[in-house]
Amino acid sequence: MKRQAKSTIRTSAGSKVFDVCNVLILTLLSLVCIYPVWYVLAASLSESSLLMQHIGPLLKPVGFSFSAYKAVLKNPMILSGYLNTLKILILGLATNIVMTSLGAYFLSRKGVLWKKPIMILITITMFISGGMIPFYQTLQDFHLTDTHWGLILPFMISTYNMIILRTSFESIPESLCEAARIDGAGHWKILFSVILPLSKAMLAVMVLYYGVGIWNGWFWGSTILSDRSMYPLQVVLREILMANDTSSMTAGVAAGDVEAVGATIRYATIIVATLPILFVYPFLQKYFTKGVMVGAVKE
Amino acid sequence: MKTKERESFWIRVKKDWKRNRSLYLMVLPVILFYVLFHYKPMYGALIAFQDYNPRLGFSGSEWVGFDQFNRFFTSPYFGRLVKNTLLLSVYGILFGFPAPIILALLLNELRAKRFKKTVQTITYLPHFISLVVVTGIIKDFTQSTGLINDIIVMFGGERSSLIQNPALYRTIYIVSDIWQGIGWGSIIYLSALSGVDQQLYEAASIDGAGRWKQLIHVTLPGIAPTIVIMLIMRMGQLLGTGYEKTILLYNEATYETADVIASYIYRVGILERNWSYSTAIGLFNSVINLALLIVTNKISKRVSETSLW
Repeated sequence: MKRQAKSTIRTSAGSKVFDVCNVLILTLLSLVCIYPVWYVLAASLSESSLLMQHIGPLLKPVGFSFSAYKAVLKNPMILSGYLNTLKILILGLATNIVMTSLGAYFLSRKGVLWKKPIMILITITMFISGGMIPFYQTLQDFHLTDTHWGLILPFMISTYNMIILRTSFESIPESLCEAARIDGAGHWKILFSVILPLSKAMLAVMVLYYGVGIWNGWFWGSTILSDRSMYPLQVVLREILMANDTSSMTAGVAAGDVEAVGATIRYATIIVATLPILFVYPFLQKYFTKGVMVGAVKE
Repeated sequence: MKTKERESFWIRVKKDWKRNRSLYLMVLPVILFYVLFHYKPMYGALIAFQDYNPRLGFSGSEWVGFDQFNRFFTSPYFGRLVKNTLLLSVYGILFGFPAPIILALLLNELRAKRFKKTVQTITYLPHFISLVVVTGIIKDFTQSTGLINDIIVMFGGERSSLIQNPALYRTIYIVSDIWQGIGWGSIIYLSALSGVDQQLYEAASIDGAGRWKQLIHVTLPGIAPTIVIMLIMRMGQLLGTGYEKTILLYNEATYETADVIASYIYRVGILERNWSYSTAIGLFNSVINLALLIVTNKISKRVSETSLW
């Protein structure tokens, strides 16, 4: 409204029509973006036999039942998947943040002789990689297959994230570090008591980026782990969704209902695995665009 | 002369080491990470020129030159894989690339701040949903008893399993990509839009330019560098269609249109354990990608004076 008042040209009829259409288009797009999630949520809470008969879009659960969730939560694979993912998440985030901070701090310092060669060494890896099999072989050589460390150590640093964090470190005034140095602080002290406390917002971005990556990762988990009890959540989820394998959860269900119950269980599994993300998402929203923007500044 | 230069270089190295020793100590684990998990695999990629046998190991396996590459070029799948990979990328650039730009432009024209924020929150969300879940939902919606078929029937169509139909695979892949990426992709353009000088808009409106003219003459030129950079990055990925989504979404019925180089690398390497062959295909793929990136970057440098480096 304010901008309109300031603008010297009168608002033409065409301009008004555009505004209305624009709001309509964006409303429609938002509905399209959110509907699949809503559908899955509604279906997961539906009565399985009614859901089977239901045809067309769902606006709310047909019938109402928590039985699918009860079946999912009783499944030991879901529980172990959750615990494995949590373990990888905690250990992974700790190493991610420490290693990325160390690298970003080094690259943000001025007047360091070997900085450029090291930067080149790092940048090259953004464009060239050994490929899937040599990477897999490397994990084997280091005895990281069949361990959770195999999903943590090889992914300690994302170069892209490190460059974002470096840009953020660079924006901290040199005088603050200088003052600390005069007080006798070394690089470790400067990093941990000057730089990091001033970069909390960007660290939140890092936690979010790395965290979502770990939570949603499935490929290497499914590739290097052979013991099913070590599977992270997404690998368990994939088994359930892809193989249509809900047999472990439909025990005791009458034969004719297995298919119907299986469908609601699949929906409930999706929700259970996605809920943490949906839950933290609104709280972190103000942070995550920051990373994209700092990344853009770099370019 | 020469010795003097060398001397001064060593003096600089010594001074630098004295001053920054603890800094180098900090970066040591980082360098170690890159050497162990990036450079070691690069060295390991040399098995592409071998007939690798796990029992004989790297040093014992026979060197066969470019045999593995020739095997791929003459393979009956070569044409199909390159075509599928390229088509998915080209459709992605044609339809998926402009989508976030258009969204950003539409959002930019909104006057209601709260509505804008809501649209952003909702459209960013799919980016955070895991591929396993996204492909699970796609499969569920497109199965013959799924939601999309319900709608097709309402309009008088016939039920069929859409995800099993090779003719529809690319459409499903691209549309779901847009669904998942449109909001997140728009952030970078929104930040570019916020950097456009507001005075230019005022000047344009004084000159009598309406909103459309302002879009063409102020907004688009303002975000053009960002668009070009994103396009260059995209071109470098022309043969880089990701394997994760493909592996989750395809099946033998749709290999004909769905199988891409990356998923073939996975099947040959991880599932069939044909390591040298798989690595050779991967090497070929990344060499082409790198070449494409360099070429587009060069062209862009000449044409628009925007470049990655």
